[in-house]
Amino acid sequence: MFGFEPNEEQKMLVDSVQRYALNDLRAGAHDADEAGELPPALIEKGWELGVLQASIPEAYGGFGDRSAVTGVLAAEELGWGDLTAGLAVMAPAAYAIPILAAGTEEQKKALLPPVVEGEWKPFVSAYAEPNLDFYAGEMRTTAERKNGSYVLNGVKCMVPFADQAAGMLVYAALDGKTQGFLVPPKASGVRIGEREAWCGLNALPTHSLHLEGVKIPAEARLGGDAGHDPLPLIAATQAATSGLAIGLARAAYQYSLAYAKEREVMGIPIAQKQSIAFMLAEMATDIEAIRLLAWEAAWLLDEGRDAGQAALMAVLGAADCAMMVTDRAVQILGGHGYIREHPVERWMRNGRGVPNFPGLAMV
Amino acid sequence: MISFEIPEKVRNTITLMTMVAENMMRPVARYFDDHEHEIPWDYINMMHDANKQMGGGGFVPSSDKPKKAEGEAPKKEGPRIGYQRLAYSAEVLSWGDTGLYLCSPVGLLGAAAVAATGTPEQKQRFLTRFGGDKPVLDAMALTESHAGSAMPAEVRTTAVRDGDSWVLNGEKIFVTAGHKALVDTQGFVVVWATIDPTAGRAGVRPFVVEAGTPGCTVTKLEHKLGIRASDTASVVFQDCRIPFGNILGSPEVEKKTTEGFKGAMATFDASRPMVAASALGVARATLELVKELLAQNGVTLRTGIPRSRMTNTEREVMDMEILLRSTWLLVLKSVWMMDEKKPNNLEASMGKVRAGDVVVRITQKAVELLGPLGYSRQNLLEKWFRDAKINDLYEGTGQINRLIIARRILDYGRRELA
Repeated sequence: MFGFEPNEEQKMLVDSVQRYALNDLRAGAHDADEAGELPPALIEKGWELGVLQASIPEAYGGFGDRSAVTGVLAAEELGWGDLTAGLAVMAPAAYAIPILAAGTEEQKKALLPPVVEGEWKPFVSAYAEPNLDFYAGEMRTTAERKNGSYVLNGVKCMVPFADQAAGMLVYAALDGKTQGFLVPPKASGVRIGEREAWCGLNALPTHSLHLEGVKIPAEARLGGDAGHDPLPLIAATQAATSGLAIGLARAAYQYSLAYAKEREVMGIPIAQKQSIAFMLAEMATDIEAIRLLAWEAAWLLDEGRDAGQAALMAVLGAADCAMMVTDRAVQILGGHGYIREHPVERWMRNGRGVPNFPGLAMV
Repeated sequence: MISFEIPEKVRNTITLMTMVAENMMRPVARYFDDHEHEIPWDYINMMHDANKQMGGGGFVPSSDKPKKAEGEAPKKEGPRIGYQRLAYSAEVLSWGDTGLYLCSPVGLLGAAAVAATGTPEQKQRFLTRFGGDKPVLDAMALTESHAGSAMPAEVRTTAVRDGDSWVLNGEKIFVTAGHKALVDTQGFVVVWATIDPTAGRAGVRPFVVEAGTPGCTVTKLEHKLGIRASDTASVVFQDCRIPFGNILGSPEVEKKTTEGFKGAMATFDASRPMVAASALGVARATLELVKELLAQNGVTLRTGIPRSRMTNTEREVMDMEILLRSTWLLVLKSVWMMDEKKPNNLEASMGKVRAGDVVVRITQKAVELLGPLGYSRQNLLEKWFRDAKINDLYEGTGQINRLIIARRILDYGRRELA
C-alpha cells in the first residue's frame, strides 16, 4: 500500500526537531558560520531531541528501533535549520548506526551504550578520501590481515571532531572490499591533520586523518571475522545526506519566496513577475519530487531490500536540487543574496558540498 | 505512514495492462503513426472486451461510479486505490503507445469530468455506457481558437437555457478523440460553455453532448507532430440542443463567487495526474529502449558509482532515471491524495509540469545519445520524441501549470500574478 504521510510518532518527532531548527539552529547559524565554531550547548540541545537514541534498541542503551524513514524526516528538519550544525548533531549516528546494522552482538553491547547514554560525545566516522574520483565502493585506504590483526594505511578527509574523537569508525578496503574498522583515536600510527577549511560548513571542525601502519585487533572489524556488506551502509548515509540537502533547499526556497513577496521593483513585489514566480514554482516542484526519492531509499532500507540504486539516485538528485535551489535563491535576492547578512549565500556554499557529505551522517 | 509498496490489485492491473501494451500496442505503434486518422479498431475492440470482462465500469475509480442495485450487501471497504490504479493504467498503456492509449474506449478525460463533478444520476447515465455492447469513446472540448491557456475563463461558446434544454453555440478546437467520441462511436464530449457571458468565470460550466445530437458537427481533423493514432478534432455547435440534465455541476450562477466554476475545475485535479502518468509511460519506454539498444551495441552501464567515474552515457542515463523516478513518485503522491480525498491541486499541477519537462528531456536526449540509431524511423525513439511534446502542451501547457503552482505557493490570485 502506498502512503505519503508520516505517522503520528514521526510527526511528533519532526515537530520537535522543527522547533529546535527554527529557534536554535536557524537563530545561531550566521554567527556560528562567521566564528567557525558551534556552541557546545547548541549541539547538546539537538542531541537531547533523541533522534539517534530513538533508533537504538533498549538492549544497547537507546529507546527505540531504527527507522531510516524517520531518520530522513528528522534530517530534513536539521538541514532546514542549519546543515552544518545538523551534521554535528548527527555525527555520532555515522558511528552508531553502522555498528547497530552491521556489528556483532558483542560490538553492539560494548560500543553502543557509551554513544547513546548521556550527553553528546564525538563518536565519528572517517569515510571520505581526498581524491577527485573518491568512490565509497573502492577506498584507497587499505586494511591488511597480519598475524590475527588488521593493519590500516591511508588518508581520510572531512572527519568531524577528529581531534577530540571519543571513538572512530574508519572505512578501508580489505581485499578490495570496503569494510568498517573501529580505530582507537589514540592508536599508534594515527595522526590527525590540521583543521580543514572548506567552501562551506565553516562551523564544523573537520580534519584529515592519516593512518600509517595502524594495527588494530581482529575484533575491531565491524561485523567481526565475517565482516559486513558495505552497500546498505553506503545507501544509509546517502539517504541521510539527501534528507539534509532537501531541508537546506527548502530553507532557501522559503526564504527567497518570502523575500520576493516583500521586495518591490517599480512599485510591485518581484514575486508578481513571472520570471521570479516561475523560478519559485520550479524550486518547489523539484523539492517535492526529490524528497520522495529520499523517502523511497529510506523505506527500502527499512524493508531490508536493496536500496543501493535508490539511495544513489536520491543523493544525486538532492545534490542537484540543493545547488539549483540555492543558486536561484541567491539570484532572487539579487545583490543582497551575495551579502552574508542574508543566509542564502551560506546555503549556496553548503549546498555545493552535498556530493561530498556522505559519510558524515547516517539513518 | 510512508510506504512505497505497490498494492496487489495495482500489481495485477500492471501485469494485465503490460500484456495489452506488449501485444496489442507496440506491434502496431509504427503503423498508426504512418497512417494518421486510420482507426485502430482491433485495439479499440479488444480494450472494450477486456473492460467488459473487468466489470464494464470503465477506468473511473469505483468510488466515483454509480452504485449498483439498492440493497446489495456492502462490500468490505479496503483502502481506496482507484486513482492509483488509473495512473498506473495510463502509464503502462502509454508505455505501449500514447496515441493508441488515447483511443481507449474506457472513459478518459470526459469520464473524469463526469466522475469529478456529476451527480449520481449523471454518472449512471454517462459512465455505464463504457460497459455496453459496443465500444464508445469520450472527449473533452475546452480550447477555442482565440484562447487555450486562458480557458475555461474566456470561453465564448454559449449555453442558453430554453425550458427543459440547453442550446449550445460555438466552436471548439483540439478536441482529443473528438471524432471517435462523436462520429465513430456513440460516445460523448464534455463541452465547456458559459451560461452567462456577463458573469465571466463564474458562468462557465461543463456540459455533456452525446454523439448524434443534432447541431453538433466534427468539422476538421488536425495533422500533428506526434500521437497520430489519436484524432484531434474541431467541433462546431450550431443551435445544438441538449437535455437540461446534461449540465455538470450547479446550474446557478453565483455572480459574487466562483464556487460553481471552482467545482468544475476539480476535473483537472483528477485529469492532470493522468496526463502526467501517460507522459511518464513514454519516458519509461524510452529509457528502457535506450538501455536495451546500448546493451545490444556492447555498451555496458555500470551502477552505483559516483558521477566523477561515470562515462557521459552512464551519466545521461542516471540523470534520466532520477528525473523519471522522482517525477513518477510525485504523480503517485498526487493520485494517492485523490484516493485519500485530500486536496491535490498543487501536487497535480506540479506532477503535470514536471512530467511534461521530463518526457521531453528524456526523449530528446535518447535520440541524441543513440546517434543515427536514435534518429532513425527503424526504432520508436524518434516517434516517442515526437509523441512526447504533446504532454507539455495539452491539459495546460507547462507555463499555465507553472502559473497555477506559483499562485498557490505565493498565495496569490489572478490579480497579483497574471
